[in-house]
Amino acid sequence: MATEATATTTPGRANRTSETTVWQHRTRRRQGTPRWMMALAGAVIALVFLAPYLIMVIGSFKRRSEILGIPPTYLPTEWVPSNYLTMWSTPETPLPYNMVSTIVISVGGTLLVLAVALPAAYYTARHRFPGKWVFLLLVLITQMLQPTVLAAGLFRQFQAAGIYDTWLAMILVNGAFNLSFAVWIMHSFFAGVPREVEEAAMMDGATKLQILRLVTLPLVWPGIVTAVIFAFVASWNEFAASLVILTTAENQPLSVAITKFVGQYDSAWQYVFGVSIVGIVPVVILFAIVEKRLVAGLTAGAVK
Amino acid sequence: MTAETRAAPSSSRRRHRRQDVLAALPWLLPALLLIMAIVLFPAGFMAWTSTREMSTVGVDQGSAGLGNFTALLDFPGLRRVLLNTVIWVVGVVAVTLVISMGLAQFLDKAFPGRRLVRLAVIVPWAASVVMTAIVFYYGLDPFYGVINHFLVDIGLLDGTFGFTRRPVPAFLVSMTVAVFVSLPFTTYTILAGLQMVPGDLIEAARVDGAGALRTYRSVTLPILRPAIAVAVLINIINVFNSLPILRTITGSIPGHQADTTTTLIFKFIQQYRQIDTASALSVLNFAIVLAVIGVYLALVKPMRQD
Repeated sequence: MATEATATTTPGRANRTSETTVWQHRTRRRQGTPRWMMALAGAVIALVFLAPYLIMVIGSFKRRSEILGIPPTYLPTEWVPSNYLTMWSTPETPLPYNMVSTIVISVGGTLLVLAVALPAAYYTARHRFPGKWVFLLLVLITQMLQPTVLAAGLFRQFQAAGIYDTWLAMILVNGAFNLSFAVWIMHSFFAGVPREVEEAAMMDGATKLQILRLVTLPLVWPGIVTAVIFAFVASWNEFAASLVILTTAENQPLSVAITKFVGQYDSAWQYVFGVSIVGIVPVVILFAIVEKRLVAGLTAGAVK
Repeated sequence: MTAETRAAPSSSRRRHRRQDVLAALPWLLPALLLIMAIVLFPAGFMAWTSTREMSTVGVDQGSAGLGNFTALLDFPGLRRVLLNTVIWVVGVVAVTLVISMGLAQFLDKAFPGRRLVRLAVIVPWAASVVMTAIVFYYGLDPFYGVINHFLVDIGLLDGTFGFTRRPVPAFLVSMTVAVFVSLPFTTYTILAGLQMVPGDLIEAARVDGAGALRTYRSVTLPILRPAIAVAVLINIINVFNSLPILRTITGSIPGHQADTTTTLIFKFIQQYRQIDTASALSVLNFAIVLAVIGVYLALVKPMRQD
């Protein structure tokens, strides 16, 4: 199923692009939606999607008195880049710790996903065995579940196990809930490697492990990169489980820490936005790298 | 099949099957253990907790029978919360789908700068939802919010409006933000589905004299159906479980007029310290999610044997 999907997408896509261009040349002559109008509409759409983040960037350079001023200004009257330095030492939250926390939890969660999903994806793509589809269905079901639905149970379990309010607990949570995407996308990449290639290497006397390392892994590399980036970004942004499981300020990730700057009466918005930009820019870049393959991974398990 | 296996088919096949499973186990065991420890076990533990009487500091004080569930049913705001949940999920998913279908159609056409527009569309997907929700909360503040003042400046509002101060407007704003952050994934999924539509099929429909709308309905839409089915399902699950948006935008409003079952669970855990009632409500939520998945599996049948 996943195999067929990837196998047919690639040539289909290539075909379609050439045909689309031909077809669009014709329609343009017939209907005449000028390209510049399409580009203009595109620019408006891009602006709508970027607007909240532009507000963040601009707000992060305002002085505190200005960002709370009435009426608000669209652009800072005075640009204050030092917000990006002072935000690291504020009474609201120990930001350097939160940064370390986010990095440790995301890297740990991602490594766990990789360690657990890679062998499962490889084996299910290469071998038939009873219970294979039960296993893949179980993985698919975990994709449909999220930490929010189990937060109460996780909270109790980690309390009982004594790892409540630790990085380890959050690494386990991120590992478990990002497992399915990784299994499915790597499964489809492994299944896309022709058996003949591996058999040829075996004829040349390579061991099973050598084949995996020298032949198969390089071919499935894009799938692994996509899985890693997706797991990393999802762990980086995780909020609900961290909120109930991490209670010590130093242990909390950026997504939870940032809410500390927002008070009922007095909010440090310039820091909220400074931290947001620091938290958002890296993951947007990562997502952009694997943009095209994200959908394939999320839907590989579900579309025939 | 060899003569030997034909002679004793059942026992040898069973032995083979057992060997196959044993060979697979080391490869799957880490994943299975993780799923059991972090998904299945907490689910069971949560169900167990929902039948226990728990102190506010988390000490088990004995069986409560179905007491937590009846307490939940007696909870005064529950009816409104359930209604909110339905409005939240159906509204957000439906509006997201409609906008995404148009957006995907547009992004499928060739125009200068398309790659950049696609990248812009992906940003709300990559960005932390809490952070996105917070900037809307700030921007809509009636006093210093830039979005609120922008709406006044372009003449859409006569004066600034307290979008985030009362339950109903705040809930609607939250729904809008939820649509905003759901659009990228849905659009990208439908866009991927559009790659499967053969260009010559569309051309053929045009030659036959079908208009743009007719072509879309009779040619494109049927091919898009699986992509849409998946996008809608994943969206339902995500929107149903969404916590950060409502927590950020309606969290400071007293009462439960802007709560869904998910946000109520977190209020039970964090504000009221009632882990037992929270568990009972989580069990209910869990049952709803499983029912949705079941309906989906029955309808779409993704697990066809190969």
